[in-house]
Amino acid sequence: MTSTISAPAGTDLPLTIGGRTFRSRLMVGTGKYRDNRVMARAIEASGAEIVTVAVRRVDLDRTKEEGVLYHLSSEEYFLLANTAGCYSADEAVRYARLAREAGFNEFIKLEVIGDRETLLPDTEGLLSAARTLAQEGFAVLAYTNDDLITALRLEDAGCAAVMPLASPIGSGLGLLNPYGIRTIKRRLSVPVIVDAGVGTASDACLTMEQGVDGILMNTALAEADDPVSMATAMRYAVEAGRLSFLAGRMPRREVAMPSSPTRGMLE
Amino acid sequence: MSEMDIILNGERRRVPGPSSLADLLQHLELDPRTVVVELNRSIVRRANLSTTLISPGDSVELVHFVGGG
Repeated sequence: MTSTISAPAGTDLPLTIGGRTFRSRLMVGTGKYRDNRVMARAIEASGAEIVTVAVRRVDLDRTKEEGVLYHLSSEEYFLLANTAGCYSADEAVRYARLAREAGFNEFIKLEVIGDRETLLPDTEGLLSAARTLAQEGFAVLAYTNDDLITALRLEDAGCAAVMPLASPIGSGLGLLNPYGIRTIKRRLSVPVIVDAGVGTASDACLTMEQGVDGILMNTALAEADDPVSMATAMRYAVEAGRLSFLAGRMPRREVAMPSSPTRGMLE
Repeated sequence: MSEMDIILNGERRRVPGPSSLADLLQHLELDPRTVVVELNRSIVRRANLSTTLISPGDSVELVHFVGGG
């Protein structure tokens, strides 16, 4: 990737979460890729700095190549461990502590899932785990739904960022509730990162145009026919959406307004 | 060296013993820098792996980072 769309100097601030500053507003996951080499190339093409990983048992009957760090340099990327697959606050806290012990950073992408079909968050468990982890010094990035009240409570609980969904995890349904996401962004002080549901580049652009601070995606890249090209598209889409938001869009009108002069027409 | 049964990642497994957690990782050919160890639900810090002994029946969890979203 040689070309980069970047905002004119001084128009945008870098993204700061939990006291750390990042240049990319796109974060990507490492799950579900058909091929780990393609994953590494797609992540590079995305321009992402923050890369999510999951905590799982070592498979003692297989080789060590299954570990994601075998394919991604922990010096090149900021590893954001998640608590995916956890269905209670206690379980999520346990996973978060294990992740921190790996020794990379104090960030945790907190997920407490409440339903196996929709993978929607258990907001009660989420709040409880967020409070515990924030008190233990974690920078908690909380995956949540598009509900303002839960988002406000997560901020009160000490979360470093709140991550409302665009639509359910792995669904690719895009941004279902732009109003909800906009409202959360307007009311919170901590960064708002939309996590889950983005399916294609236009979804990413539309999401960024709501004014949010960033997007985290995984399946949109991993399940694209060509993950590397889709990662490039997402990089541009996130930058375009961000620039578009900062630029301030024209008003919507119910009637047409000519773009060419109405005066000076021939008789 | 004699052997003992422990619960390793949820399954009963015969390992050399008595031994330390560091010995166990070496036996399993795992690099301690890439694994986090829980012994009977408590995390054991990397620096303490060689001084923490495991006993028959102990439950040991070995986790690492895998791909995820």
